[in-house]
Formats: sequence, structure tokens, C-alpha cells
Amino acid sequence: MSATSTSVNGNGKYKVIGTRPIRPDGVDKVTGRALYGIDMNLTGMLYGQILRSPHPHARIRGIDTSKAAALEGVRAVVTAKDLPPAGADEVISLVEGTFRLTHLRSNILAGDKVLYQGHSVAAVAATSLHIAEEALRLIEVDYEILPDVVDVVAAMQEDAPLLHDDLTTQEFGEDSGKKSNIASHIQFKLGDLEKGFAESDIIVEEEFNTASVHQGYIESHNATAEWKTDGQLTVWTSTQGAFGVQKQTAGILGIPVSKVKVVPMEIGGGFGGKIPVYLAPQAALLSKLTGRAVKIVMTRTDVFQSTGPTPASYVKVKLGADKTGKLLAAEANIAFAAGAFPGSPIGAGAVCVFSCYDIPNGLVNGYDVVLNKPRSAAYRAPGSTQVNFAVETLVDEIAEKLGMDPIEIRLLNAAEEGMRRVDGAVYPRIGCRETLEQARAHEHYQTPLTGPHRGRGIATGFWMNAGLKSTVTASVNEDGTVNLMEGSTDIGGSRASIAMQFAEVLGLPAEAINPMVGDTSSVGYTELTGGSRVTFATGWAAYEAANEVKRILITKAALYWEAKVEEVRFEDGDFIHASDPEKRLSFKELASHLVDLGGPVVGTGAVDPDSGVGGSFTTCLADVEVDPETGKVKILRFTMVQDAGTAIHPSYVEGQMQGGSAQGIGWALNEEYFYSEGRMKNASFLDYRMPTCLDLPMIETVIVEVPHPQHPFGVRGVGEASIVPPPAAIANAIYDAVGVRLRDLPMRPDRIFSACLEKQAATVAT
Amino acid sequence: MATVWIPSQMQNLSGGIEQVTVDGSTVREVIANLDAIHSGFRERLCHEDRLKPTIAVVIDGEISSLGLRQKVSPQSEVNFLPAMSGG
Repeated sequence: MSATSTSVNGNGKYKVIGTRPIRPDGVDKVTGRALYGIDMNLTGMLYGQILRSPHPHARIRGIDTSKAAALEGVRAVVTAKDLPPAGADEVISLVEGTFRLTHLRSNILAGDKVLYQGHSVAAVAATSLHIAEEALRLIEVDYEILPDVVDVVAAMQEDAPLLHDDLTTQEFGEDSGKKSNIASHIQFKLGDLEKGFAESDIIVEEEFNTASVHQGYIESHNATAEWKTDGQLTVWTSTQGAFGVQKQTAGILGIPVSKVKVVPMEIGGGFGGKIPVYLAPQAALLSKLTGRAVKIVMTRTDVFQSTGPTPASYVKVKLGADKTGKLLAAEANIAFAAGAFPGSPIGAGAVCVFSCYDIPNGLVNGYDVVLNKPRSAAYRAPGSTQVNFAVETLVDEIAEKLGMDPIEIRLLNAAEEGMRRVDGAVYPRIGCRETLEQARAHEHYQTPLTGPHRGRGIATGFWMNAGLKSTVTASVNEDGTVNLMEGSTDIGGSRASIAMQFAEVLGLPAEAINPMVGDTSSVGYTELTGGSRVTFATGWAAYEAANEVKRILITKAALYWEAKVEEVRFEDGDFIHASDPEKRLSFKELASHLVDLGGPVVGTGAVDPDSGVGGSFTTCLADVEVDPETGKVKILRFTMVQDAGTAIHPSYVEGQMQGGSAQGIGWALNEEYFYSEGRMKNASFLDYRMPTCLDLPMIETVIVEVPHPQHPFGVRGVGEASIVPPPAAIANAIYDAVGVRLRDLPMRPDRIFSACLEKQAATVAT
Repeated sequence: MATVWIPSQMQNLSGGIEQVTVDGSTVREVIANLDAIHSGFRERLCHEDRLKPTIAVVIDGEISSLGLRQKVSPQSEVNFLPAMSGG
């Protein structure tokens, strides 16, 4: 897989930004020296294992751990009884939402019920992994099997099995008091929907379903915990946010956050799935009981069955347009499968559903629904891909009915600065139109596609991006390099993108900056790596830290020349004596004198930028060839266009765009949790079919740079929006190829084949 | 006076009105003045002395992290949304 890239605006005004230095963590990762969670090995360390429920829904009548505890080599066994009790109203507010403490604890160790296959029931620590596994077989759990529900629409029905006795539907701050699996209902309304549809010349309305899809990170979850006798707990783990793990672990264990230190190890992918904790509390409990460090590592089956996939969804959308293709009215009903506990990204789905278009009249109803699947987790633009599949398919249908070019109809309706979204927010400067214009001008779109059973599809997508809190600390070394400590775990090259923004301020080469990811005791509070926010917000913190370093170094230069501070200016990477320009010190030269110039030079940036509602837009083009005999889809060509704002490191922007595209293609064609009798039947990478390099075409990328109006360098964030439009683009391409509309993801060969047969039968009948 | 867009699920409190203009230099004051005009807003939006964690406030297109302390100008537009995040 390779890429071409076109920077639309270019920048030309930066020395470091826009270049492609080698990533600081690259050598360690390609030589196998980087340390991941599974590499943890402490003296006397024990091995933990988790007993998981084989049933999707059952009451626990009793657990007998005595035989397991008696097995030689077993050091401790824990169940929910070892967790502190939580009040029904106690909540933990995390970046990804607010959760009842009872729910978080129940997900770590089930209390009176198991709510999904794979739900954690007990944990064992032993002197070897095999003894721990053997001990699991000796734990006797008395289950009372209960009826289960894994379909989101079925779970919403009044006669559906209820998962939680105390769950009632929340309506934007108000408790309905009604017991239900519908945890919350949100609604957005704009304009006059009835009037909009009455004025429409063409109306389309369809139902869509998408499957549960896993993030598929290559590194499975892991945690090593050591709870020392002084009450200090240290956790080494793979996570997207060390401070989030700290807060969750402390909350679940009922201890102060100051007692928990979290060390983020290198991370082998996350995509949203490594925000929740799954193992740290159990490892901590086992460590407390044994006085030894305890390591737990999930198997791939555990990862599939017990950690959050993206929610499956039911989406019904109705669109109305006039004869020119102008969209006049839009309505959506969206239900997301939250899994066993509330907290799907239904709010984001409801915001994103009509976000690409200027539609004056709209109504969106969104439902967060619990059912007997693992608790869902964020997954790259969470909630946006599901709803985009529905809307972008229908926009394509309207274009076809009106005989319009699919890009022209999108340009006619494209979201722009000043547009009011259905949730009421008004866009600042955004780049939706620019991505469409670049797609239209691209050689891919300008080149006719020929051949039987071949088709081209297009779709546009949106993700809102986030701001949030970040801290960076910079320390100047006497050799002119800088140690840069940051709190954002590096998933996609952010060490480089943060260091480059620091270097740009001071006119330094990127290689002079040594970026490091700190633990919760060595760096200021920093929120998760997610929401496409790290290059935006932590980069902003680096900008602030660099400016502080610059201010301090100006005072040092003044001291060196025995001049006034006002007489020193910083220009083009040098410190210059204003009244004697012959006196000039480079950053490196000044750093070499610091030993004689007073205290150390340390700069800190601590920011909490408002994220804005502009976010990032993408448009993608997909060419496919469909085998009507088998329903197999081959992707012939694929181009992703994204508004990145200013592209700090274009290679990593392209990498994000390609990664998101690859995952979107997986959603489109292959990936799904396949359930039978409430149990996942394909919990391995052999049976859960993610795209491989053999399935993917060259993914071409076009970076559009519409700078973020508030960010010092115009960064927008690029990590997520590229996953959004591929399923719809591929669905539209399949229609263009063989004339069948697919409304369920994934668009498996059997579904396409069946649709082709039905089309043939209908043709024969007429 | 700031313009507040009333979420559709709270328009039962405003008699179906979707926009209200109210005085206030902070979100806290805006909600208090809104509550004085249409009773019930404070209870729906706030828990003790802060916004409910499930609710986010957007001022002039920017999602604020300052909650009730966020400054509001007379020209400001105020929206309330469900809190949400990314992955």
C-alpha cells in the first residue's frame, strides 16, 4: 500500500512544519526494542487469569472458589465481593462520558448477574500462567440462565428482557422513570420539518443496519499492577490515556487518585478501544492480596468477547429535496447498541448524521440501548460511520433520481461557515466544500471507469474532533537539544508532530527535540489520546512551552551580554543584540553557556483549548468490481481527501487517512460480530475477517489544508474522519456496478449475491 | 443579551419557544435568568454548582470546558448539547 499526496494550499511559511522527519520512536519499534505491556517482568511477579461467563445473560446464584484457592501455586482469587460497594447515584465523569460507578465495577467483576458472554466473573493469581488457567477450571459458578437479547431493535421493545432492574430512560437531564433497556433518548430539531417535506419534490426513506465491529488493535489488552504495603499502587498498561486509567482504577477500587501511578507502555493500536480499563483493577486486587506484582494479558478471544466494539446500529433516515437537488428536510431515528452498560456514542451520531449538509429543516431522535453484548467503546469517529452510511446512500439515490452528478449534489448542499447544524451549533471556518472540490478535480474522478460490473462511488464524512487538556514540559540541555515530556500516549506519530511544533517556534531542527511520554507522576495532567486531539491540543501545549523557553532564553542572552532584556530579540532561530547586531547567538550556542547563566531553562505549556464544532471533513472515491456470480467485491481504486488543517507531518497525516480508510473498508465489506444464541461465533482473527494487505488497493490521499482559525499553527486533527465515508462510498460504487442497493453492513458476498438474484428475479417478473 | 437555543427536549419548559434572549455575563447567570423566566431549566441542566456531566455547553460554536464559569457576551449564542467525545 502506498500513497500520493497533494497539499492543496501548501504553507511555505514554516521551516519544520510540513516536513517529514523520521519518527523519534521508529528505530526502537522496528528493531523490537520498544517496551510494550506484555514485556513487563518484575521480580516475583505472579500471573493473572480471568474467569469469564459462557452465558450472555444469567443470574449468579453463587461462586465457590475454594478448590481453585487450594490449588498449589495459586496465591489469590477475587470476585466482585472484593470490590468496595458503590452507591446507586455515584458516578465517574470521564472524557468519554459519565458512568455509574456500579456499572464500571460490574463490568470489571460481575455482581449478581452476568450480562454478556465473556463478562468477567473472577480473577486468579498464580505462580505460572498454566496454574492460573487450571485454577479457573476449578471455580464453580452457579448460574440461573436468563433470556437474552443482542439485537438493538429487539432490545428496545417493551417485552424485551431487561438487563438492569434500576435502569430508566434519561431524556436530556430528565428521568422518565420508565424501566427500559433504552438508557437515554436525545432529540435535535431545526426549522419546520413538515413544511420542508411538503415543499420537497423528491423524498427518499430507508432503514439501515450496521454490525458490531471491533477496533482490531494488534496488541491485546494487558495490565501489570504492584500494590505496595505503603498503599501506593503502580499500574503498567497499554492505554490511550494514563490519567484516565488512573481515575477509573482509583474509582473502581475506592482509593484516591494520588495513590495510583499509571505508566503507559508503548501501545500497539487503540482506535478508541483502549480508553476503558478492563484488567488493571483485578490485577491490583490480586497484588494487594498477595503482596506481589501481578500481570494479566488478554487472549484475542478475550479481546473480542469482553472489550468494547463499536455499537451495532439501526438507522432510519428520510430526506427531501427539490428538483434542483437542494435538500430541504431530513429526519433520522438512530438506535445504538451500547452493550451491557449505557454509554454508546449516540450523541455524536445524532450530531454527525446531517453534519455535511446545509438542510434548513431537521429532526433527529437518538437512543442509547443496552443489550447482552460487551460494553461498547469508542472507535475512530465513534457514531459517525454508522449514520453516514445511511445518509450518504440516500443522497446518492436522490442524485440518481434527479440525474445529477453525485459530487455536484453534494457541493450544492455542502456545509459551510455560518451554517446551523441540526443540533443548533453554527460552523466556524470548515473545509467540507474544499474536500469535494478536490475530489472532483482529482485525476481519479476525471478518469472514466470502464468494464463490466464495475462502479464508482463517492461519499463525504465528518468528525467533530476534540480539544481537551494537555501538558508539555520542555527542558533545555547544554548541547542545544531539548527534552520534551508530554502526557499524550503516542499511537500515530504524535511524538513527532508535537516535537515539530515545539521546534518551529524556536527555529530548531525536529531532530534536536527528544520527545518522551511521561507517566502520571512525571507529567502534568493530560487527557486521552483520542478525538483527533493530540496534534491539536498537545501540539498547542508544546507551542506554549516553546514560547516560555524563548522568553527565558532571551533573559539568559541579556545576562550573557550584560545587557537589558529589552535589548535582545529573537529572530530566525537566533538571539540578537538589538543595538549590536554582530552579537548573535544561536539556540545551541546560548545553550552551551547556560551553565554560567543561572538556573535551568524549563518551559511548560498547559492548555485546555475549546475544540470548536468545525472538526474535519473527508470525501472519498471508490472504484469497485463486483463478481455477480459470487458477490465478491474487489476494490480497484480508492482515494481519500481530507481537510487536515495545517498538516504538521504530512506522512503521518497520510498514514491516518490510509488507516481510517482501511478500517472503513473493513466495516464495509467484511467485519462483524457474528452472533448465534447470544454468543459470538467468530472471536478470532481467523474468523473475524479484517482486511489484509492483499484485500486493499493503493489508498491515495489528498491533504486539504483549511487552517483551524484558533490554533497557533492551524491544526485541525486528522485521526478519525477518514473512517467515516468509505462504507457509503463502497455501497454507492456497488450500486453503480450491479444496480443493487445494500442497506446492511457488512456488505458480504452472500448479501450482494442475494440482492443480485432478487434484482434478476424482479427483472424477469416485469 | 445572549441568545439561548433551547434543546427540543426542554422546549416543554419554554412553552415551545426555541430561542430565548437573556441577560448574563456567564453561563451560570444565563441559566439563572433563563430559570427565572421559564422555571425548571436549572434543575434540568445543573447538578449542585456545575453543569450535569451529561451536558455540554457551546458558546459561539466553541464547546466550553469551563461550564457555568464560561464568559458570555451580549452577542453570544448559547447551545446545550449532550456531552460527547471521540476515539
